[in-house]
Amino acid sequence: MLNKNSIWKVLLVIAIIGLCALYALPNIYGEDNAVQISAGRDAKVTEQMVGRVENALKANNIDVKKIEFENEQILIRLTSSDGQLRARELLERELGTDYYVAMNLAPDTPEWLEDLGGTPMKLGLDLRGGVHFLMEVDMSEAIKKSLEDAESTFRTSLREEGLRYRTVNQRGDYLDIQFRDQDTLDKAEFFLRNQNRDLSYKDAGELTLRASFSEAKLAEIRDNAVKQNITIIRNRVNQLGVAEPLVQKQGADRIVVQLPGIQDTARAKEILNATATLEFRMVDLDHDVADAINGRVPAGSQLINDQSGRPQLLEKRIMLTGNHITDANSGVDEYGIPQVNISLDSEGGSKMSRATRSAIGKPMATVFIEYKSTGERNDAGKLVFEKHEEVISIATIRAQLGSSFRITGLDSPKEARDLALLLRAGALIAPIQIVEERTVGPSLGAENIEMGMQAIVFGLAAVLIFMIIYYKAFGLIANVALLSNLVIIVGVMSMIPGATLTLPGMAGIVLTVGMAVDANVLIFERIREEIRDGRSPQQAIHQGYDSAFSTILDANVTTFIAGMILFAVGTGPIKGFSITLMIGIATSMFTAILVTRVIANAIWGGRRVDSLPI
Amino acid sequence: MQLLSLNHTVNFMRLRVATIFLSTLLIIGSVVSLATNSLNWGLDFTGGTLIEVGYEDSADLARIRDELAGADFPDAVVQNFGSSQDVLIRISPREGVKAAAIGDQVLSALRADGETVTMRRIEFVGPQVGDELTEQGGLAMLVALICILVYVAMRFEWRFALGSVSALVHDVILTLGLFSLLQIEFDLTVLAAVLAVIGYSLNDTIVVCDRIRENFRKIRKGEPTEIVNISLSQTLNRTIITSLTTILVLVALFYKGGALIHGFATALLFGVIVGTYSSIYIASSVALALGISKEDLMPPQVEKEGADMDPLP
Repeated sequence: MLNKNSIWKVLLVIAIIGLCALYALPNIYGEDNAVQISAGRDAKVTEQMVGRVENALKANNIDVKKIEFENEQILIRLTSSDGQLRARELLERELGTDYYVAMNLAPDTPEWLEDLGGTPMKLGLDLRGGVHFLMEVDMSEAIKKSLEDAESTFRTSLREEGLRYRTVNQRGDYLDIQFRDQDTLDKAEFFLRNQNRDLSYKDAGELTLRASFSEAKLAEIRDNAVKQNITIIRNRVNQLGVAEPLVQKQGADRIVVQLPGIQDTARAKEILNATATLEFRMVDLDHDVADAINGRVPAGSQLINDQSGRPQLLEKRIMLTGNHITDANSGVDEYGIPQVNISLDSEGGSKMSRATRSAIGKPMATVFIEYKSTGERNDAGKLVFEKHEEVISIATIRAQLGSSFRITGLDSPKEARDLALLLRAGALIAPIQIVEERTVGPSLGAENIEMGMQAIVFGLAAVLIFMIIYYKAFGLIANVALLSNLVIIVGVMSMIPGATLTLPGMAGIVLTVGMAVDANVLIFERIREEIRDGRSPQQAIHQGYDSAFSTILDANVTTFIAGMILFAVGTGPIKGFSITLMIGIATSMFTAILVTRVIANAIWGGRRVDSLPI
Repeated sequence: MQLLSLNHTVNFMRLRVATIFLSTLLIIGSVVSLATNSLNWGLDFTGGTLIEVGYEDSADLARIRDELAGADFPDAVVQNFGSSQDVLIRISPREGVKAAAIGDQVLSALRADGETVTMRRIEFVGPQVGDELTEQGGLAMLVALICILVYVAMRFEWRFALGSVSALVHDVILTLGLFSLLQIEFDLTVLAAVLAVIGYSLNDTIVVCDRIRENFRKIRKGEPTEIVNISLSQTLNRTIITSLTTILVLVALFYKGGALIHGFATALLFGVIVGTYSSIYIASSVALALGISKEDLMPPQVEKEGADMDPLP
């Protein structure tokens, strides 16, 4: 018998639609205005804090819907956006600078759905409001700096080796070392080749040895410059109080920063551009810390707290500043104890060597200095930044230090990693500049959603009505398919973590609605043709679906190709458009061919039918 | 219900020469317009700063221009956007000034006299990013066309591939021509729309080609022109209905989607209409002109059914 549904086909259709409907469900629940508390570098959010927060809010008459503690974060859902603003200000005052208090919109998804991993679709910045920055790392600066380091290393090591040279010059992206005779040049080349493998050497004639970075080293320099900048930006972004920031590498030398919900872009830019530095200083052993704490701080010294809040007495004299650090990595020593390896540029190396010569056996402190925004503005309307100093490590000097040394005796690999990260964050890296900025105000975002939804609803309604008038019962089936297609698109978009809904993405959904019926139009026109050719209804259905299939496939694959290319070259909103377009093509094939067939079979299949309502 | 009940074959190809003439004329017109008027490139491609602000009442554009000129932005282009309360300000890239700060400077200049101005949108695109986007956009279009050419050539036949790609190029040039003629801003979303037009038009063309191939195999007798006519008549209903539903949703998008999506909807609306026309006339005309014939479209494995094959001429 023709047109009978096999059980597995029916089950497959029901399972897929059911699954997608389930995951599309979180989107119909609204969002709560929320405030999110996360810990700064030195603090930890604990369950005990929940009570403290609750009391503070109650004392100030701020209505709270719910307070949740999860993943070392506290999420406070509030009943109004006004309460959200007030709660944020209050908690910022209450908790101090150790905690980040961010405003957020928390999805009001029921718990059972959340347990299943259900989350609403991610909205793009054009729908949600927020800032998008594209920053470019100045690579020529990073390479120039590395080359400068190499230059001074060459000078010192050639001199130490007794190889006399005439000049060492930096020209563009290579170094030229001139010698007096060929013999020295050859010796120098052999020596340098063994000493410094990051560079490649070549005899450039006229007694000149030309050194340039190998491709691998160049890639490493670029990579490090971007990574360091990303680390720094992440630290800064945390201070902005943004709930779900995104800091990501894009291409070889660019960084994307997305801050949803930020309204004051000027403030965001100022904080992102604020600088952190490092200083190495000796610990003052001649005076008593307890005295200093009691107010008798010696003239040449200063009290600075360490990470656990204990004050340390340090000399004011700075041995070295962090801009001489070229790299810092965590690792383990030969006994498996965590350590941090630090590389300095040659100037830093000699400074360090001079400073530590007479200080062997004494403790040296590393101070991390950040300029944090206080949130207040001065008369000129500029943000007030507060200098924030902190001792991040104290280590005993074991030997005279040079341009590369290590800090050992750290308690855990995590501590080593954190220290290396901080050291890198304080190092001078390649400067960055903003090459693209897109800011969408929150009101425009909400309007965009509204307009996009309207376009979808009106477009959908028009198509639904048209299909019923034109194809009657079959039109109704196509409409069921179209609606389930929408549900599946939303479900899939919610399930894929990387998929973001943007305004062009919504346009893509509208377009999909218009084009998705095409497959059904093709099939139904075929069925009509078959009936006109005198076939029985059952055969017409069978033939119609069969012969339309390859056409539908070809037509969709080619459109899919266009979508993939859009995805590959597009950015932001365009990517959003191509994602919905591609998902729409895939799901519309499923609904238009399989879903309608299952329904049609269930209604007309396997029995005597005299005519089809088409 | 039946839109068109076609029991006889429409002689589409009768108009072949006329439509080729028309299309050539339109293409020349578009190219001339593109060459003389160029496109009204949007911010995404030119670089610069764009600020959209909202006023509580109708905005006084002349005053805004004065305020901006006073704040050292005499070259600012100020216009309404969507409604009389919304104002769009464009500032071309400039040397010396930290480009990313322009948006904030403009906002503070507008707010200087105490008026309530809400920031709706700031976009800044550096010149180098703009250049890259232009390059990438052009490249995307080319790559898309080549990939499609290869796919269609593999699935069908090279004459069809060339036919469909000429139809696509035709649609893209005409859409660009329209944007150049009307000087509608051409930004990234419009580029996306043009690529979607490629997708749509291709969809249409493939359906027609598919039917032509089928009919070449099914109908033993008949000139290629006749077979093309039969195929076009058979698919005409579907072509029109799909265009109709797509146009319906695009009209909804045009009127309801807001000013940001206008260019996008315009490009697609025009593209869908041109695409429908081109899939009927351009693709098949080109394939015919290249001498498509029955032999080219027979399935490669004919041995099994070889007995009932016509003897080779």
